[in-house]
Amino acid sequence: MWKWLHPYAKTERAFALCSKLLPWCWGGAALGLTIGLIWGLAFAPADYQQGDSFRIIYLHVPSAILSMGAYSGMAIAAFIGLVWQIRSADMAVAAIAPVGAVVTFVALFTGAAWGKPMWGTWWVWDARLTSELILLFLYLGVMALYQSFEDKQQGAKAAGILALVGVVNLPIIHYSVEWWNTLHQGATITKFGKPSIAPEMLWPLLISIVGLGLLVAALSLYRLQSEMIRREMHRPWVQAMYTQQEGQ
Amino acid sequence: MMARLTGLLGREMTLAYRQKSELIQPLIFFVLVISLFPLGVGPGPQMLQKIAPGVIWVAVLLSSLLGMERLFRDDFSDGWLEQMMLSGLPLYAVVLVKVTAHWLTCVLPLLLISPLLALFLNLTPAMYVALLCSLLIGTPLLSLVGATGVALTLGLQRGGVLLSLLLLPLFIPLLIFATSAVDAASMQLPYNGQLAIIGALLLLALALTPIATAHALKISQN
Repeated sequence: MWKWLHPYAKTERAFALCSKLLPWCWGGAALGLTIGLIWGLAFAPADYQQGDSFRIIYLHVPSAILSMGAYSGMAIAAFIGLVWQIRSADMAVAAIAPVGAVVTFVALFTGAAWGKPMWGTWWVWDARLTSELILLFLYLGVMALYQSFEDKQQGAKAAGILALVGVVNLPIIHYSVEWWNTLHQGATITKFGKPSIAPEMLWPLLISIVGLGLLVAALSLYRLQSEMIRREMHRPWVQAMYTQQEGQ
Repeated sequence: MMARLTGLLGREMTLAYRQKSELIQPLIFFVLVISLFPLGVGPGPQMLQKIAPGVIWVAVLLSSLLGMERLFRDDFSDGWLEQMMLSGLPLYAVVLVKVTAHWLTCVLPLLLISPLLALFLNLTPAMYVALLCSLLIGTPLLSLVGATGVALTLGLQRGGVLLSLLLLPLFIPLLIFATSAVDAASMQLPYNGQLAIIGALLLLALALTPIATAHALKISQN
């Protein structure tokens, strides 16, 4: 682990890795989201109960999964930053938080828009909705804490601890539909066992999940690169990179 | 080490005792917030009984936030905290002592004044017992998690509003289970389950938050 991680403690190496990964992420995201969404929104069969309004699942489920995925990513980065004192990981915390917050907001918004025709209300204080709302607040807290420090290095570390404390919320969100039997329906896709959804509906869903995942990754990597440049503006490697670009 | 830690606890209690106004102000705030509700939503006894668990718990959260800054702010600015880090005492033990002292001086008075609130909000005896149990198990959790929040915002000039932004979301689960325990008591249902969950949360926090707080303190010292 250490051997693998160690080179990326140098920000320029991490920057180069980001540059290498970025085109794949953007490309995969564009491909996955186009195929998944068009297939799901236009060609997948309508639900026998919910009709066409079930199609919002192709936005809602990916964004909900990614809201938790982004948080786990942020928490892992925070953990790496705290334990091995790797600065690029600290920066990743700051880079992922706003992306995750937006995805969480999309999940809440599409959920509300889905809830209106199905449940007859925009919002209920259901366990899953509430815990997802707490997740949004946690993202906002991490962002606010990071922003309010003058010293960004210290701010990123503080934000990292807050992100780690907030991890307790993740299992609560995940199991909320099992622990409290409330309005929100149970999981449709489980990793093991047969999904309770028709394959024609499942495939576009899986593709859009992967697509959105890559989009989140691309945005985070992009923000991470900007963060590195902003914080290391005075360092030779950043200056060398830009003078090289001008020279060409 | 035990002797040094008890000495520390004694110091904290003495300090708190000598700054009486800082202790009394959150208490007055607590009573004021609670007495606003009967005036705001109307003094109907049924209505008050219905909203009482939520109102009392929200008031506890808000007034504990007011006193939370006291936890480390002064020790941070006069350098005591730095000395503690150099003292060789494990920092998480120091944190635990500070949290205990904070709970004894800032939160326990809220519990002691709660019979008055039971009268204000027309609680039944069963509800009051449930409320007291949930407060007894739940408020140490507030102090523990609050300590982490305070430690995180120490390095900032004005951390007050930010502190509430960070902490209130973390307090939501506690609020849900605590009020549902009192609600269950009002319907003469058993509420051991909710108390057990709060107890589990408390144990988890007791094990983990001192470590997080100690680490956050180190970061704030830079």
